[in-house]
Amino acid sequence: MKRMLISVLFIGVAMSLGSVNRTMAADQCITCHLEWEEGANAPSKLFQADIHREAGLSCADCHGGDPSLDDMDKVRQSKGYIGAPKTAQIPQFCARCHSDATYMKKYNPALPIDQFDKYKTSMHGKLLINGDVKVATCISCHSVHDIRNAKIPTSTVYPVNIPKTCSHCHSDSTYMKPYGIPTDQYANFAQSVHGIALLQKEDIGAPACNDCHGNHGATPPGVDDIAAVCGVCHAKNASLFDQSPHKKAFEEGGMKQCETCHSNHLIKTPADSMLGVAPGSVCADCHSQGEQNKGYETAAAMSLLLDSLVHEEKKASDIIGDAEKKGMAVDDEAFALKDVHTSLVESRTLVHAFSLDKIKPELDKGIKLAAATYTQGTGIIDDYYFRRKGLGIATIIITLLALLIWLKIRQVEK
Amino acid sequence: MTDDKIKRRSFLNYLIGGGLIAWAGSVAYPIFRYMKPPVVAEADESQVTACTLAQLKATEGKFKTFKFGRQIGIVVLLPSDEIRAFSATCTHLDCTVQYRPDWNVLWCACHGGKYDLTGRNISGPPPRPLEQWTAHHDKTSDNIFVSKTKGA
Amino acid sequence: MASIKETGEKLFDWIDERLKIKDLVSYMGGKVVPRHGHSIFYYFGGLSLFFFIVQVVTGILLLLYYRPGADSAYESVKFIIAKVSFGWLIRAIHSWSANLMILMVFIHMFSVYFTKAYRKPRELTWLSGVGLLGLALFFGFSGYLLPWNELAFFATKVGTGMAGAVPFVGKFIMTLMRGSDEVTGATVTRFFGLHVAVLPAVTTVLLTIHLILIQRQGMSEPVEWEGMPESQKKYMPFFPNFLLRDLLLWLIALNVLAILAVFFPYGISPFHWDLGIKADPFAPPPLVIRPEWYFMFAFQTLKLLPAEIFHIEGELIGIFGFSLAGLFWVLVPFLDRESARGQKAKKFTYIGLVAVMFMIGMTILGYYLK
Repeated sequence: MKRMLISVLFIGVAMSLGSVNRTMAADQCITCHLEWEEGANAPSKLFQADIHREAGLSCADCHGGDPSLDDMDKVRQSKGYIGAPKTAQIPQFCARCHSDATYMKKYNPALPIDQFDKYKTSMHGKLLINGDVKVATCISCHSVHDIRNAKIPTSTVYPVNIPKTCSHCHSDSTYMKPYGIPTDQYANFAQSVHGIALLQKEDIGAPACNDCHGNHGATPPGVDDIAAVCGVCHAKNASLFDQSPHKKAFEEGGMKQCETCHSNHLIKTPADSMLGVAPGSVCADCHSQGEQNKGYETAAAMSLLLDSLVHEEKKASDIIGDAEKKGMAVDDEAFALKDVHTSLVESRTLVHAFSLDKIKPELDKGIKLAAATYTQGTGIIDDYYFRRKGLGIATIIITLLALLIWLKIRQVEK
Repeated sequence: MTDDKIKRRSFLNYLIGGGLIAWAGSVAYPIFRYMKPPVVAEADESQVTACTLAQLKATEGKFKTFKFGRQIGIVVLLPSDEIRAFSATCTHLDCTVQYRPDWNVLWCACHGGKYDLTGRNISGPPPRPLEQWTAHHDKTSDNIFVSKTKGA
Repeated sequence: MASIKETGEKLFDWIDERLKIKDLVSYMGGKVVPRHGHSIFYYFGGLSLFFFIVQVVTGILLLLYYRPGADSAYESVKFIIAKVSFGWLIRAIHSWSANLMILMVFIHMFSVYFTKAYRKPRELTWLSGVGLLGLALFFGFSGYLLPWNELAFFATKVGTGMAGAVPFVGKFIMTLMRGSDEVTGATVTRFFGLHVAVLPAVTTVLLTIHLILIQRQGMSEPVEWEGMPESQKKYMPFFPNFLLRDLLLWLIALNVLAILAVFFPYGISPFHWDLGIKADPFAPPPLVIRPEWYFMFAFQTLKLLPAEIFHIEGELIGIFGFSLAGLFWVLVPFLDRESARGQKAKKFTYIGLVAVMFMIGMTILGYYLK
C-alpha cells in the first residue's frame, strides 16, 4: 500500500513536472540561448529591446523550427527550420513577412510593404543580385536582433543617426575601394548646413542621406533628378531656376542643377560672395567678361545691388541700435528694419531667377526702406542731442534769472 | 534814496522782468509743442481694424495683410465665408506669409513653408506654427476687427 | 515805468472796491518768518507745494494723450514717450516730481515733528497735514499703476493684496480698490478716476484748509523761544525777503527736475521706473517685485515678520502694528502734553528719531537684500 502510494506520487510529480516543462517550453529558444550565449551583444540579450518582440514575435517566427524543443539537433531537423540566412538571402528573408500585405496588416497597417521591391532597384540591391555580398542589406542599416522603431532616437535609422549608419561603409576607404566612389560624403555632410542642423542641432526637419538618396531604393540622384530632389524643400528656388536662362544652359551643358554651385554634400550656408564676378565667386567659374557674356554683366549688377542692400541694412540697423542704447524709443523703426530684412531674404532667393529684372524691384524696395529708416534714425539721434542742448539753454536762462533774483534779495535787504 | 540807487533798482527790476519773460518762454515752448498732436494722432490699441469685408471680398486671393502694433497680420476669407486672422510673420526667417486659396493653406513665398488654417506648420522649413488671432466682423460698419486674444 | 506802477495801483483799487481786500493785504504784508538755526526747514512745505503744482500741470498735459484701460493705457504712454513732442519730458518730469514731492513731504513732516510745531494751537494744521500725507501716498500708489506695465501690475497686486489681509473688512476693501477680485483693466479705470478727480478734489480742500491755518496762525516758533524776550527774537519779513528766497529755491528745483528728466528719464538705480513690457495677468511674476521706495520700509518689515506669531498671521500683526503707529502719529499733538505747555519734550524727540531710523533702515535693507 505504502509503495503504491509512493509510486503514484512519484509518477504524478514526474508527470506534472513534465507538463510544467511543456508550458514553460513555449519558447525554449530564448531560454537556452539566454543561458548559454555570452557577451552583451548576444542576440538573445539584444532581442529584449527588439520591436518584433514587442509585437509578440520570437526566434522561431523568423528562423523557423519548433520553439518547444530544447535540443539543437532536434530543432535543426524540425519542420520549417531556416536558421541564420546567408547574406545574399537576407532581403528575401525579411521580405517573407514585410512584403506580405495581409500579414503586415495584423501588426501595423500603416507600414509600407514595398521595401524589397525598392531595394531591388537600388545600387545595393542590384549589386547583391549580381553576387556582391559586401553591400548593405536590411540588417546593415536596421541592425538585426535589436531593431527599433525608426521614430525612436535610439534606432540606427532615426534621422539623426542615419548619416553615421551609412558612413559605416561609405566612409571606409579600404572597404569601398573596389567601387571607385568617394568616401568623403559623411565628412563633408557633417560640415554642411544640413549636417550641422541634423547632427548638432538634432533638427529632424533637415535632410539625412535617405531624404535625397531614397532609403530602400538608394541611388544617387541623376543629373536630371537632382533639382527635383532639392526642390522638394527648396521649392521657390527650384521654380525660379526652372524659369531662368540657366535651366536650358545647364541642360545643354550637362551640368547638375543646384549641385554645380552649391555642392552636394558640403553645402555651406550660401554667402553673398558667391554671387558676382569677383575671384572666389561662383558666377566667375563660367562667366567671363566679353560681349557674348550677358551673364557676366547680370552677375555683376545683381551682386552690386545686393551688396548695397546689405550695406544699407547694416547702416540703418547700427543707427537704430545706437538710438536704442541711448534710451530713445525706436519701436516703429525696429519694425521697419524687420521689413528690410525680409526684403533681403527674399532677394537672396530671387537670385535664382538669374535676371536683373526679377530681382531689382525687391532690392530697390529694400534699399529705399533701409535708407528711410536710416534717415529716421539720424532724426532720433539728433533729437537726443537736441534734448541736451535744450536743457543747456534752459539751465542758462534759469541760472541767469536765479542770479538776478539773488541780487534783488541782496538789494532788498540793504 | 539816491537817484543812483533808484536807477539801479529799476534796472534790476527790468532785468528780472526780462529774465522772467525768457524763463516763461522756455517753459511755455515745450508745453505748447506738446499740446500740438503728432502726425500719427492715435496710439495703437489691442484691437485694430484690418479692413472691410467688401475690400476683403474684392481682393484677388481673398486675403489682406495689415499692421497690428509692431507686427504684421493677415486676414483671410475662407471658402466657407468664415473670416480668420493670423500673425503673418513666418516662423522660419520672418518673411510675410500669404493665403493660397488653391491649396487652402497659408504659404510663405521665401522658402515655400506651408501652414494649415489653424496656423499649424505643415510643410517646409517653418519650425513653429503661426499665432491665430480673433477676427470679428461688425455688420453695421462692415469693418473686420482683429484682436490678439485667442479663441472666439 | 511809472505807468506800470500806476496801472498796478489802479487794478488793486478796482479789486478792493469789490472784494474789500485792503485789510487782508496789510495783514499778509506783516507776515514774518522766524530766523534761527533750523530756519532752513521752513522751505520744505513750500517745496512740497511746488512739486505738487508741477504734478498738476504735467498731469493735465499727460491727460491730453493718456487713455485708461487694459487695452490702451500702456500703448498711450508709449505713444507719449515716443511720438508726442516733448512727451518724454513731460512724462519724465511727472515721474520725478512725484518722487521728489513725497520726499519733500516726509522731510517737511519730520521737521515739523522735531520742532514740535504741531503743538497747540497748531493741532488742526498737523491733522490736515497727516491727511495730505495720506493723499500724497495714495496719489503715488494710484499713479504708479496707470502705465499698466509689468512692474506696476505686480506691485499693485502685492499692495492691494496686503489691504486684503486686514481682518473682517480686508476683502471688501481690496475688492473696492481693485474693482474686481483681481487686478484688471477695471483697476486701472478706478485708479485713474481716483488719481485725476477724487484725490485732487480732496487735496484741494485739505490743502486750502492747511494753508489758511498757516496764514492765520503764522509760522511756528521753536520751543526754545517760549519765554524769550521779544527783542531777542529775530524775524524776516515774508514779503519780499522770504518769498524771493522761496522763488529762487523753486527755480533751482525746476532746473534740477529738468536735468533729472533729461539724464535719468527712467530713474536712478535702484529706483527704476522703466516702461518695460505691458502687464500680462497670465504671465509669471518677475524675479523682483518692488513697491515704490516710500512703501519699501513697510514692505520690508512685513517680509521680515515670521509667518505666525502666537497663532496669528505675521502679516496681520505687522499691519496692526503699523496702524497703531499711524494712530499715534496722528494723535501726537494731543499726546504730547509737555510741548503743549511750551516745554521741551525729549521723549517725543527720541520716539521720532527711532521712527526715522527705522524707516530709513528698513528702506535700505529692502533694496540691499534684493
